[in-house]
Amino acid sequence: MVGDTILEVRDLHTHFFLRRGVVKVVDGVSFSLRRGEVLGLVGESACGKSVTALSLLRLLPQPAARTVGGEVLLDGENLLTKSSREMRRIRGRKIAMILQDPQTSLNPVFTIGDQLCESIAKHHPGKAATVLERAIEALRRVKLAAPEQRMHQYPHQLSGGMKQRVVGAIAISCTPQVMIADEPTTALDVTIQLQYLKLLKELQQDTDMAILFITHDFGVVAKMCDRVAVMYAGRIVESGPVRQVFDNPAHPYTQALIASVPKMRQRVGRLYSIDGQPPEFSALPDGCRFAPRCPLADARCHTTYPLSVAVGSAHTADCWKPGKSV
Amino acid sequence: MRRYILRRLFQGLMLLVLVAMIVFFLGRLTGNPVDLMLPEDALEEDRKALIETLGLDGPLHQQFAIFAANALRGDLGDSIRFRGPVVDIYFTRLPNTLMMLPGVMAVALVLAIPLGILSAVHRGNIIDKVSGTIAVLGIATPNFWLGILLIFVFSVQLGWLPSSRMGGFEHYILPTVTLGTFLVAGFMRLIRSSMLEILDSEFVKLARIKGLSETIVVWKHCLRNALIPVLTLWGVFMGGLVTGAIVTETVFAWPGVGRLTYEAVIFRDFPLLQGVIIMDAVFILLINLFVDILYAYIDPRIRLAD
Repeated sequence: MVGDTILEVRDLHTHFFLRRGVVKVVDGVSFSLRRGEVLGLVGESACGKSVTALSLLRLLPQPAARTVGGEVLLDGENLLTKSSREMRRIRGRKIAMILQDPQTSLNPVFTIGDQLCESIAKHHPGKAATVLERAIEALRRVKLAAPEQRMHQYPHQLSGGMKQRVVGAIAISCTPQVMIADEPTTALDVTIQLQYLKLLKELQQDTDMAILFITHDFGVVAKMCDRVAVMYAGRIVESGPVRQVFDNPAHPYTQALIASVPKMRQRVGRLYSIDGQPPEFSALPDGCRFAPRCPLADARCHTTYPLSVAVGSAHTADCWKPGKSV
Repeated sequence: MRRYILRRLFQGLMLLVLVAMIVFFLGRLTGNPVDLMLPEDALEEDRKALIETLGLDGPLHQQFAIFAANALRGDLGDSIRFRGPVVDIYFTRLPNTLMMLPGVMAVALVLAIPLGILSAVHRGNIIDKVSGTIAVLGIATPNFWLGILLIFVFSVQLGWLPSSRMGGFEHYILPTVTLGTFLVAGFMRLIRSSMLEILDSEFVKLARIKGLSETIVVWKHCLRNALIPVLTLWGVFMGGLVTGAIVTETVFAWPGVGRLTYEAVIFRDFPLLQGVIIMDAVFILLINLFVDILYAYIDPRIRLAD
């Protein structure tokens, strides 16, 4: 069930202040997330997806990166104006996150139980036995076999898939309202990717939490998400319900992304790929950022950034020629 | 875990045998020890008699067998200069060296750990820059120069502290500062660099995502991981200190193992030198074994490897 809006991001700007100049990695990103909804944030590597996620949690790499504008409203409260103490009460309790690589996201020198309990104890202080019970319950919910035993084990004693389940257990242990999953299956074996996606979907349906699902894989989006936002060079260029975006991609970049997903039942000689490279963040074009790679681009595309146009119900695209196929 | 320790112990023993062999045969390469013991105008028959009494007339491998058998019984021969068993002399000097250890280590760790962590956490700010400069100076300053400088300033010019020999608390200050400076500098830089690497890691990111405070992130999640390379350096430094800081002990006329080594070289007391080197090797191996056990304690990947 999709409910009212839980997370709203308005005109988010995150810049990196480097010696060679200011790099606008997130440049005016807006989206919203409703309770029980899964929003896919799609785009190729280094388009600003992960920086967007870290901006929400205010955990940007210091001292280079800073969010310079916009609002992040969680349940109506702007996270960007919170004190760091208040943020620590929100992280882990209201917003949780799963990182990409389970091999490195757990501390090698502490037990699973220790790493799971410390966040539960932080947000729901109580008797040691209660915390422990809650931790074991979280492991049970991510379907890790023999959870009591796992509590005493170290990360190196578990497989990659099991570790990612532990990371999932840490994320859900304090029943967050929003979970950010940053390419949670990219580092897993293909055989267990699907299992993990199913698990996430189940957890989400049980708890009614909202998920911001970051990926570069349109195939995964189709399986997991209700809505999708396509990101290119620091901006969201198209967003809408998954079915609509899939059936009628309006932005040439979205069309290209969908075309580059290999299809099982089709025999193709060569996989489709987009010519050229995404622009350097330090030298962004004035007009549409995709224009240099876009076969439909004309003079206006190169000089003026396109307005956001509605191409369907709740389906928008930043394009001068929306809906024209490449 | 027991297998891990036993394996380390066995490797240590093998190394010790190797050290003993090298020391023994190198010693023989420098010439016949009898020439050192007798005056230049000694008669040929006296020379022969001494060679026979000392067992130096047999083939080399036989001599080594005797030497090794004696060593196993705790007898490393007699010193020429001190006219007594090498092992006894070594152990009368060892406590003097060991007494300097706690102070030096305490100074090094109490200063280096917080400074290293602070300069990593606040990379590029004033604390980092000042401690970085001090570290470079500390590493680049030779011990003998620093020792002499300290004696010149605090003993000769100001007259505040004694310049040499053992005694009360005030005798420990200058040698401790001399040895500590290098250690603090080394530890600080190593802690800084390993902390920087760990602060950048994904599990630290996840710890912050969990909402943990920066204190817990740094002192729990980072420090334990950062200590692994530090422990290696600690072992090396400890080995250096237990086997005697030769230069520092000589500058401060400190009657420790380092000075004993110096004396053995200067007076060409080669049974003593041979004994001291073997005893040093024993202690370095023991320290390394201790470090290996500590590794296992800190890092479960080592502890649970078997």
